[in-house]
Amino acid sequence: MEKRVVFRSAWLPYALVAPQLAITVVFFFWPAAQAFWYSTQLQDAFGLNTEFVGLQNFRDLFSDDRYLDSFRVTAVFSVLVAGFGLAISLLLAAMADRVVRGSLVYRTLLIWPYAVAPAVAGVLWAFMFAPSIGICTYVLKKMGIDWNWVIEGNQAMLLIVIASVWKQISYNFLFFLAGLQSIPRSLIEAAAIDGAGPARRFWTVVFPLLSPTTFFLLVVNIIYAFFDTFGVIDATTQGGPAGATNTLVYKVYYDGVKAADLGGSSAQSVVLIAIVMALTVFQFRFIEKKVQY
Amino acid sequence: MAKVTFRNVRKSYGSLEVIHGVDAEVADGEFIVIVGPSGCGKSTLLRMVAGLEVITSGEIAIGDTVVNRLEPKDRDIAMVFQNYALYPHMSVYDNMAYGLRIRGKSKSEIDAAVQRAAGILELAPLLARKPRELSGGQRQRVAMGRAIVREPKVFLFDEPLSNLDAKLRVQMRFEIQKLHRKLGTTSLYVTHDQVEAMTLAHRMIVMNAGRAEQVGSPMEVYENPATRFVAGFIGSPSMNFLAGKGAGAGKVALGHGGIVRFAEGQVETGREVVVGIRPEHLEVVDPANAFFAGTVELIEQLGADTLIHVAHGADAAVVRRPHGDSLETGAELHVAADPSRVYLFDPQSGARIR
Repeated sequence: MEKRVVFRSAWLPYALVAPQLAITVVFFFWPAAQAFWYSTQLQDAFGLNTEFVGLQNFRDLFSDDRYLDSFRVTAVFSVLVAGFGLAISLLLAAMADRVVRGSLVYRTLLIWPYAVAPAVAGVLWAFMFAPSIGICTYVLKKMGIDWNWVIEGNQAMLLIVIASVWKQISYNFLFFLAGLQSIPRSLIEAAAIDGAGPARRFWTVVFPLLSPTTFFLLVVNIIYAFFDTFGVIDATTQGGPAGATNTLVYKVYYDGVKAADLGGSSAQSVVLIAIVMALTVFQFRFIEKKVQY
Repeated sequence: MAKVTFRNVRKSYGSLEVIHGVDAEVADGEFIVIVGPSGCGKSTLLRMVAGLEVITSGEIAIGDTVVNRLEPKDRDIAMVFQNYALYPHMSVYDNMAYGLRIRGKSKSEIDAAVQRAAGILELAPLLARKPRELSGGQRQRVAMGRAIVREPKVFLFDEPLSNLDAKLRVQMRFEIQKLHRKLGTTSLYVTHDQVEAMTLAHRMIVMNAGRAEQVGSPMEVYENPATRFVAGFIGSPSMNFLAGKGAGAGKVALGHGGIVRFAEGQVETGREVVVGIRPEHLEVVDPANAFFAGTVELIEQLGADTLIHVAHGADAAVVRRPHGDSLETGAELHVAADPSRVYLFDPQSGARIR
C-alpha cells in the first residue's frame, strides 16, 4: 500500500524540498551546464580570448592518442581495483563472520581505513613504497626486486591500485558482512548435512545468496575507481610516469587546472558525465530487477 | 537404517550445563518424539545427533558407530528444519538433488531418486519451481523430499510443522506417519506440541530442563506419568493438581476440605502430597460420594465436550464432560474420580508416589 502525506498548504511541500533543490542546482546542475558550455569554447591560456568552436574540442579529444590511452588506463585500473577490492573484502568478511570471540574489535579495525582521507591514504602508501626511503621498497630490494614506481609505469599503477583497494575494502567489507549475516544459519547447516564441505558450501550456497550484494558493490566500486580515486592519484603518481596512471578523472583536472586547456577539459567532463549516466542507468535497470533467485 | 543410542549425553555452554545426562535407546525403524516446553534442550539434543552441536560428554551412537567426532556429512542422517532451510536460489529439483550431486552420484541415479521422492510426496508438478513460489505446506514437503532422496539411516525432524497453520499441520502429521510406514526409517522428531507427540510417536522422550523425565509409549506416558511435570505436560486440558495431606490408608485430605481416595501408593498420615486427577476422569456425583465440592466459575463449550472450571478454595480444577449439561456459573458441583485414576506426587521433587 502506498503511504502518502497530504499537505493542506500549497507552498509547504515546495518549501521543504527547496534546500535540497537549491543545493542540487547550485552544486550540480550549474557546474554541469557550465561544463557543457565551456566544452564548445576555445580559450587562450590567459582567459583573455574565448571563441565558439562547436564540437571541435570533442573531435580533438578522440583523435588524441593520450586521451584514448587514458581510457585504457582507467579500464585497467577500475577492473583491478574492483576485482581485488571485492575479492579481498569478501575473504575478510567470510573470515570475520566466523569469528566468535572479539569479533567487535576485529570488525572495528577492519572498518578504520574507511575513515582515512584518500589523499592521506595515497601519501601513506607512497611513503611505504617510496623508491629511496620506503620500508616496503627496502623489503622488495632485499628480495631482489627493483622497485621504483617513479619511472616504472606498471609499478606506479600497482601502487595506486593498492592504495585505492586498501581504502575501499572497509566499505565492501561492511556490506559483505551484513550480507553474510543475513543468510540463515540453517541453510549452511542443511548444506553441511547434505555433505558439502566448507568451500563447497561457500560457492554453491553462500555466494549465490550474496549475489545482490556483490552486484551492488561491483557497480559502486567501479564508480569509486572512476571518480573517487582522484585524491590517491594526485597525492602519489600525479598521473605519471608518462601517463601510466593518468585516469580520465585525473586528466580532466590536469588538463583544466595545470595545462589551462579549459575547453578540452570541459569536453572530457562532458564525456565523463555521459559515462556516469550510463553506469547509473545500468545499475538501476539491474538492481530494480535484482539478481533473481 | 539403524538404532540410535544416547549414553549419558551432556551439553554445556561454558559453565552452564543445559543437558544433564540423557540416556535412551531408539530401536531400528522406530519413530521417537522428543517433546518438551521451549528451552528444555530437545532441539539441542537433536542437533547433537546431527553433528551441528558438539557433544560435551557422553556418547551418541548411530548403529554401532559412536558419532561424537564425525562430521554431519559422515553420519548418514538427514534433517528437516523448522524453517525448511530450502536453498532459495535452486529449483525444487536442485534442492533435492544437491546432496546426491555432492556425493558424486550419476545423473541417472539422481534423476531416479528425485523422481521417486517427488512421486511419494506428490511434488512432481512443482520440480521446476523455486521455493519462494511454493506454499508453506509444499515447502515442507520439499524439505522432506530432500531428506528422503538420500535414503539416510536416520531422519531428524526439528519442529517441522510449527510454521504451518492448524489444518495443514493435521494433514502433514498424517503424511509424515504415512511416509514413515512406507520407508520405515528410524526417526527422531522434536516438537513442543503434545498432540503431535501423542499421535506420531511409537515412543516419546518427555524432556524438562535438560533432563529426560520419562521415556515410553504415548499411552504409557499418559496413563502412568513418572513425574508431576510429565503428568501436567501430556494431556489436554492438563491434569488438575490439588494440595493435600495423607489421611490414613488410601486417603488424602485436601487443603480446602474434602477427601480423595486413591488406589495405588502408600502415604503416611500427615505427609504433604500433590493430588493429580485428569479433567476427563473427574465425574459429577451426588454429595455422599464426592471427593470434594466446588463452585462453577466458568463453562467452556467446545462442541463435543464442555470444560467446567470449578473453584475449590484457592485451588481450581477443570472437569471435562460430554456436551449436554445444563449447568450455570455459581452452581455447586460435587466431583469424584475412580481411585485408580488418582496420581500422587511429592510436592518438592515432583516425583510420583507409588
